[in-house]
Amino acid sequence: MAFRIGVVTFPGSLDDFDAARAVEMAGGTAGPLFHASDDLKEVDAVVLPGGFSYGDYLRCGAIARFAPIMESIIVAAEHGFPVLGICNGFQVLCESHLLPGALTRNQGLHFLCRDQKLKIENTKTIWTSGFTEGQEIVIPLKNGEGSFQCDDETLDMLESQGRVIARYVDFDPNGSRNLIAGITNARGNVVGLMPHPEHAIESLTGPSEDGLIFFTSALQQLVGR
Amino acid sequence: MATIVVEVMLKPEILDPQGQAVASALPRLGFNFAKAVRQGKRFEIEIDGEPTPAQIAQVEDAAHKLLSNPVIETYVIKVEK
Amino acid sequence: MKLDTVANATANPDTPQPWVELGLKEDEYARIKSILGRRPTASELAMYSVMWSEHCSYKSSKVHLKQFGEKAPKSDALLVGIGENAGVVDIGQNYAVTFKVESHNHPSFVEPYQGAATGVGGIVRDILTMGARPIAVMDPLRFGLADAPDTRRVLPGIVAGVGGYGNCLGLPNIGGEIVFDETYAGNPLVNALCVGVMKHEDIKLAKAHGAGNLVVLFGAKTGGDGIGGVSVLASETFNEAKPTKRPSVQVGDPFAEKVLIECCLEIFKADLVVGIQDLGGAGLSCATSELASAGSGGMEIQLDKVPLRDPSLSPEEILMSESQERMCAIVEPSKVKQFLAICKKWDVTATVIGEVTSGERLHISFNGELIVDVPPRTVAHDGPVYNRPIEKPAYIAERQAVTINIPMPTSSTEVKAAILKLIAAPNIADKSWVTSQYDKYVQGNSVLAQPEDSGMIRIDAETNLGVAVSTDANARWSYLDPYEGVKLALAESMRNIATTGAKPLAVTNCLNFGSPEDPGVMWQFAETVRGLADACLELGLPVTGGNVSFYNQTGSVAILPTPVIGVLGVIQDVRKRTKMGFEKAGQDIYLIGAVDSNMSGSEWAYLHGEIGNHAPKSDLAMEARLVELLLEGQPIFESAHDVSNGGLAATLAESALKNNIGAKVELENVAVALFSETPGRVVVSINESSTNSIIALAGKYQIPVTKIGMTGGSELIINETHISLTELSKAHTETFPKLSG
Repeated sequence: MAFRIGVVTFPGSLDDFDAARAVEMAGGTAGPLFHASDDLKEVDAVVLPGGFSYGDYLRCGAIARFAPIMESIIVAAEHGFPVLGICNGFQVLCESHLLPGALTRNQGLHFLCRDQKLKIENTKTIWTSGFTEGQEIVIPLKNGEGSFQCDDETLDMLESQGRVIARYVDFDPNGSRNLIAGITNARGNVVGLMPHPEHAIESLTGPSEDGLIFFTSALQQLVGR
Repeated sequence: MATIVVEVMLKPEILDPQGQAVASALPRLGFNFAKAVRQGKRFEIEIDGEPTPAQIAQVEDAAHKLLSNPVIETYVIKVEK
Repeated sequence: MKLDTVANATANPDTPQPWVELGLKEDEYARIKSILGRRPTASELAMYSVMWSEHCSYKSSKVHLKQFGEKAPKSDALLVGIGENAGVVDIGQNYAVTFKVESHNHPSFVEPYQGAATGVGGIVRDILTMGARPIAVMDPLRFGLADAPDTRRVLPGIVAGVGGYGNCLGLPNIGGEIVFDETYAGNPLVNALCVGVMKHEDIKLAKAHGAGNLVVLFGAKTGGDGIGGVSVLASETFNEAKPTKRPSVQVGDPFAEKVLIECCLEIFKADLVVGIQDLGGAGLSCATSELASAGSGGMEIQLDKVPLRDPSLSPEEILMSESQERMCAIVEPSKVKQFLAICKKWDVTATVIGEVTSGERLHISFNGELIVDVPPRTVAHDGPVYNRPIEKPAYIAERQAVTINIPMPTSSTEVKAAILKLIAAPNIADKSWVTSQYDKYVQGNSVLAQPEDSGMIRIDAETNLGVAVSTDANARWSYLDPYEGVKLALAESMRNIATTGAKPLAVTNCLNFGSPEDPGVMWQFAETVRGLADACLELGLPVTGGNVSFYNQTGSVAILPTPVIGVLGVIQDVRKRTKMGFEKAGQDIYLIGAVDSNMSGSEWAYLHGEIGNHAPKSDLAMEARLVELLLEGQPIFESAHDVSNGGLAATLAESALKNNIGAKVELENVAVALFSETPGRVVVSINESSTNSIIALAGKYQIPVTKIGMTGGSELIINETHISLTELSKAHTETFPKLSG
């Protein structure tokens, strides 16, 4: 039986359909989850998709963080439940304190959509185990507030524990500290990533098929659990 | 050293989606005190010494030309020590 | 203030009314009185004035636009034609596609960010209203000179507004144009196009049928936004001195619209509406009168039930408010509960404000008192029709007498300098500074996006059916000859569809012009409409709808006549689409079509301050054969790119820079070959093994094809001129970041 990966729809989520398609293309079953319910419907993992939850007014992800579904996700994540936050999902994870730091306005002050090269640096998380360490991939980046910021202490901690999962290569799109594109929690079950793997799953509509590996990684890890 | 503060708000008649979003999130978290919420911007401009009337006038000019969009926003200028 | 009721209007016939300030002419006011048999109430006056404005009534353009109906080609593809919110086209496999382009020019000048944002919001609601899921947007934009102060004010705001709203709605932005010309200074053009898709059985119409059915207003609450925006902003030139109590600017809330889209689609899926209309220009005045007059005619509205953001609004202000993100639906009483439940799920405010009646009049009451009692058709459709004076402007003859005299490069140093100058010119330069502010990936179906010849969206992931959309205008040619200019724009747009491998199917348009009160402008307009109707008939492409924007001028200077033409095409298998960039080295480059030496209206002439004398004459029969050739030849084309603005020089540079694959090209009469913009040409690259096929195609469709060179290397080599791709790329990409810096 295929594993079920839930995709949460907040009001204002945009890439929920695409994330579900990526799950299915990777061989899993996508399960829609709605923000207003705290029921995880027995899914095996969850993707928090990109978009502008609640319009991203106040701060990105700040209001979504208090949605009923997030209460369940936070509890589950603290017990090892796999969670991938993409773009706005990453912002929600930071606002929820499942991941440290915050995503702030791009250094260039514009929304930026581009095909971005990344280097995968940590292949031990549930979501990145299918990559080889140091593998370079190209997936779309598209956001207005993608600049990863944290204090020096946190940065040292992330670096020394190898918790940076992906870094921008060749081009600094937004002024993130240490060119950080994505990080994980200490346990490796919660991953936040600013660029969009779900938009790089077929070469017809994306710059590569590299993004699919995030989803196949999780499905393979679930087998071993 | 003094700080000249410029607070920019959307004009009352202009739709404020940000404020609305906050207003509707508050009760969901059990805060029921708010009748309405409007969100604005605050600029803190540091200067040396006490501000002169000429400097205030310049800030006023800058607030009109740059810090606010007079088509949809208003501003107030205050001096803080 | 006392409520001006119908009873009051009857009892006090001589109360003076501000019809002049509301933009009505004396005879128009007299006509309202004769329709009603009394003076209008304040609310009625507000409704008539706004609905009879140029923007809503098309009073100056109507007599011309009817040609689109009279000359309409027979088409099985058209499911819904002109007159609805947007036309609908059959693309096969039970899918229907709707697309439309609209202007939001004046609001974007006043407040660039919000003007552009609400322009996107408005067109998206038009598409949604048809029952379709919006799937893509495109934005043709025009500005004054790139380095002019006002351009620097409006351009960043407009681009951010288009992106800010569209990105937040989750709609990929897949194309458009950015053009600079001094006549747009003080009057930028912001045209917004949206495409939507639905199943045939899901098409919705703006009709209020069935007495007893309820009128539901849903979406954002009503505030004082853009009151008078329609009649004042869009109908007359600006009057800066007049302050208004109410904001003339509408502020968009894309989050509210995103939620509204999902809410509407769920309502459509459950089949809960009889008719639906979005609230755009003229707000409730427009929605209620149009719904009623398209249905059985009778409707009763209780205006005091409208949820207000600003409780101080008067009834006439509520009727005229242009608050964004609102819709009006006609719902059977038995379905209202379910309708309201879906709205609640999405946190969308929904209120029953009235019902359809068996009568023939639109009645609007406020706190129980009747304030509007009108035949709805007289408001929505029977507005004034003007046969404005038309006169061929003197500049046409003056232009035609001019001898064009621009320097043409000859030596290889001159050719190199000329190419670098051309591709760095704002009109030709790389636009990714702008387009990278738009999300092109969302929804995961974008097969092609800017700077490709057309945007392409996959409709069905199983069958790979897709649509392509392109928008084009050549305002300089329209200025020299509006009849030919619009035909050439249509031909170019159609060609841009065909180069990607899609078959052109239908046409939409946004006609941007100066003041209709200027007989010369009116001539440009009349010639344009005649040209477009003739061309559509000849090419067999139906016009599915359009938009007219008049009064685009600063003082007495009108903009160049700018008919933006959008063409929609269908492609059976999007995996087979052809891209604009050279794919690999060692392939033969062919020019399809022949060049001539007319430089009028070209970018090269423009760079030398010249516009020229005669626009090229269109040859639509040849253009139609070219489309056939492109479609039949598509399997052998490794790349295909239209030759248009900037001529062959721009085409070759763009094809080379796309994938960083150079080319070596031999050209006769090199300057004309590179910089002339003779229409009807395409550059393709093919494998050598396909030589016989392309020659056979040339013979079959009687269009010359010339092998001009071969792909490969890290330079663009034209005869003896060598330009490294690095140098070419630098010139091409530096312009926009520099302008914005």
